[in-house]
Amino acid sequence: MTASLLIAAQVQVGDKLPPLELPPVSRHTLALYCGASGDHNPIHVDIDFARNEAKVSDVFAHGMLSMAWLGRLLTQWVPQAQLREYSVRFAAITQVGERITCAGEVTEKFERDGQTCARLTLTTTNDQGQVKLAGDAVITLA
Amino acid sequence: MIDRRYIGHSFPAFQVEVEKGRLRFFAKAIGETNPIYFDEKAAHAAGHRALLVPPTFLFCLEMEAPDPAAIRNLLGLDYRRLLHGEQGFVYNAPVYAGDTLTFEQRIEDIYDKKNGALEFVLRKTKVSNQHQQWVADLRTVTVMRNA
Repeated sequence: MTASLLIAAQVQVGDKLPPLELPPVSRHTLALYCGASGDHNPIHVDIDFARNEAKVSDVFAHGMLSMAWLGRLLTQWVPQAQLREYSVRFAAITQVGERITCAGEVTEKFERDGQTCARLTLTTTNDQGQVKLAGDAVITLA
Repeated sequence: MIDRRYIGHSFPAFQVEVEKGRLRFFAKAIGETNPIYFDEKAAHAAGHRALLVPPTFLFCLEMEAPDPAAIRNLLGLDYRRLLHGEQGFVYNAPVYAGDTLTFEQRIEDIYDKKNGALEFVLRKTKVSNQHQQWVADLRTVTVMRNA
């Protein structure tokens, strides 16, 4: 799926992005992300380290994996060239087995440097609706 | 307490090459389905000169610093008590496989909350490409749990 150029008339405050629903977080995914991202912190892949060194009951997902999923939510909706700002706050830990949904909504349209822009709010949540990541993005509109 | 005199400290710039194999591996790890991120033919067909670096991968490239522990060591941070609090990006130009990026890291602020139980380190990183074009800024808030 390649997103098409978004023009200002197509985007309105209140618009919701097509959600991105992920399969349950698996240890395999965390191992792949550990290698691919270069974040080799054992807390995400080594249950012995988690229990014996970090004193938590299990490994847990990298926050930046969820941020990458939110990035997919954005770039399946708008070409990446239109993305200007993207930031998140890591509000809660994403655990193995949780089913995460990425969501986004247009909250503002504004002019900046002669360009029409849109601000989006973004979240990842689990099945119970607990917010894991909360963020926002600014895109330019053609 | 983290020594506040490191506010404003800049680290030596370093270069990182963007490898296309790494981008394909990253795309697989995050479940990417858009082929412009892992298939060069699709990237070319969409008008890109190579595989496109996805929005958060600049953070991974920043971790390719010659000494990824330099900041922790300078500030005396225990990585077992560190959390990633916030992450932000500002994008100015696309980055592609084959580019060589320069990262310039600076500690913008160090502050605390809850009477020092939590300390925060705000780092900003400027990223430019091999044409000396500014491509992005990264903003990272690391949280140290002292309590």
